Amino acid sequence: MTVDSRLAGLREPQVQRQKSSLFRQSLKRLMKNKLAVAGFGVVVFMFALCFIGPFFSPYADNKINMAMMNKAPSLQHLLGTDALGRDILTRVMQAGRISLTVGLASMVLSVFIGALLGAVAGYYRGIADQIIMRIADLLMTIPGLPLLFIFGALLSEWKVPTDYRMYIVMLMLSIVNWPGLARMVRGQMLSLREREFMQAAVVLGLRDSRKLFHHLLPNVVPLLIVMATLNIGGAILSESVLSFFGLGVMPPTPTWGNMIDAANNMIDFQDHPWLWIPPGLSIFATVIAINIFGDGLRDVLDPKQKR
Amino acid sequence: MSEALLEVSHLKKYFPVTEGLLNRTVGHVKAVDDISLTLQPGETFGLVGESGSGKSTVGRTILRLTEKTAGEVKFKGVDIHSLSPAELRLLRPRMQLIFQDPYSALNPRVRVGDAIGEALLDHGLCTKHEVRELVLESLAACGLSSYHIDRFPHEFSGGQRQRIGIARALILNPDLIIADEPVSALDVSIQAQIINLFSKLQQSKGLAYLFISHDLSVVEHLCSRIGVMYLGSMVETAARDELFHNPLHPYTKALLSAVPVPVPRLKRERIVLKGDIPSPANPPSGCKFHTRCPFAVEVCKAENPVFRDAGGGHFIACHLA
Repeated sequence: MTVDSRLAGLREPQVQRQKSSLFRQSLKRLMKNKLAVAGFGVVVFMFALCFIGPFFSPYADNKINMAMMNKAPSLQHLLGTDALGRDILTRVMQAGRISLTVGLASMVLSVFIGALLGAVAGYYRGIADQIIMRIADLLMTIPGLPLLFIFGALLSEWKVPTDYRMYIVMLMLSIVNWPGLARMVRGQMLSLREREFMQAAVVLGLRDSRKLFHHLLPNVVPLLIVMATLNIGGAILSESVLSFFGLGVMPPTPTWGNMIDAANNMIDFQDHPWLWIPPGLSIFATVIAINIFGDGLRDVLDPKQKR
Repeated sequence: MSEALLEVSHLKKYFPVTEGLLNRTVGHVKAVDDISLTLQPGETFGLVGESGSGKSTVGRTILRLTEKTAGEVKFKGVDIHSLSPAELRLLRPRMQLIFQDPYSALNPRVRVGDAIGEALLDHGLCTKHEVRELVLESLAACGLSSYHIDRFPHEFSGGQRQRIGIARALILNPDLIIADEPVSALDVSIQAQIINLFSKLQQSKGLAYLFISHDLSVVEHLCSRIGVMYLGSMVETAARDELFHNPLHPYTKALLSAVPVPVPRLKRERIVLKGDIPSPANPPSGCKFHTRCPFAVEVCKAENPVFRDAGGGHFIACHLA
């Protein structure tokens, strides 16, 4: 075989030049943080369990079975049954749907409000800044939990239909949460707008919209992702607390909070631990996992680590 | 003589000094105090002076990054400081700024290609299809490669970033570039590359530069006219060769005697200035330089010297020369 014939089959190796992407770089660093990856795994597991799990459950939602009241865990009912003979596992999964949805939705809403108002306040300063930040200050001076209690009590007083309460709880949590986010975003904006690359944007004669959406907001996004993640955990916790006190989402719609509330007496607490341990553990595991994941994200995305 | 590209007359920029709860103005820092200069198309004017002399503020006030206190800045006969924000925005592409610190002048989250091309798109100077081609052209002109276009600023060295900053200014095809100490953050070998890039671009595009620097050797290499600033005021303006061979102001003489010469045995008369530059919030009476001037006489303390023509376009503010 001649050299030529051997080289004939050779082709210049095609080097795939990957577009460098900040997302991929961050992902790479996040993958090195095993704890954060584990946290993310738990979060994904909880979501999968709650949203897909009920389809495989033989027990219909809220089906009452008087023959099976307060039964301890068995092969038939893996986590036992409650005072109305409903399967706890199914209820925990269905409650998770509500709790996770409330957490997620109220996070999206408060991030949206907080980022928008914070950006406007930080970028335009002046009157807009004064009005927005004074409202935020006002909301922040009132402790969150009592405020939520008052809202919840009002809802009960006004006899809001139980179906709507879930949405109103989302709204309440967002109202309590946005001021912190708005402050954070505003602070970032204030420091970013003084940076030299923003002066460069002025010299280049860029439009306000481009400065705001192409230059300032992308620099706030990492912070927003971290805050939003940690916020979900907080929102889930707050919703559970509210529901536990009977001021959030009402039975028969299950949430982790009102499931624990159902076991809120000495007999159930001592004799039927399967009533409150599963929802309690679910809250605990989800919130801890979200916070660990959020901390990992912060380590990766914190702009102060990079130039 | 053709119409001047840039005409700065009696420009002043005072920053108020405030004190106390009520932000009472207790004084002014006279960062720029009565500066006049003209720049012809295609010319390079060098602005030198020690740190704190107000060089950068001159550049920024010309571009209206800060509002002036008094005076006039005319760019192609248009008073920049009287334009509305919308009018000013349309004029922006004609005059560009290159920053001192290439690390902070680029947005860390914007790809280099976007950073260079976005102003073209924003001003509607080209279509979305053309922009990539133009960016590549601009990158090539500044000695960068085509595969750099999709990278982020943190993937570049300081010298490369400065080239990106230059490419970003250049793509708009400006008439005037104000370069605010563009090489002082770079090491010497890179400085030479960037300076050569500046002169190459000037020859090919007919750019005018206002080159702000504290490095006299850089200015000598690049500029046709040079102005020397001290404490917010111009003390001497002359053509390059005139200034370097026949400096009239004692401050210019002192600066020139401090320029290192690559001849170790050469005996030179060194004028060493005593003390620091005085505070611009409380400048000395009379000639601002009299506190450090080795030749100062009585009249210097009492009277502010007039900035006058000493013949042949050589302007100077000194009682003695």
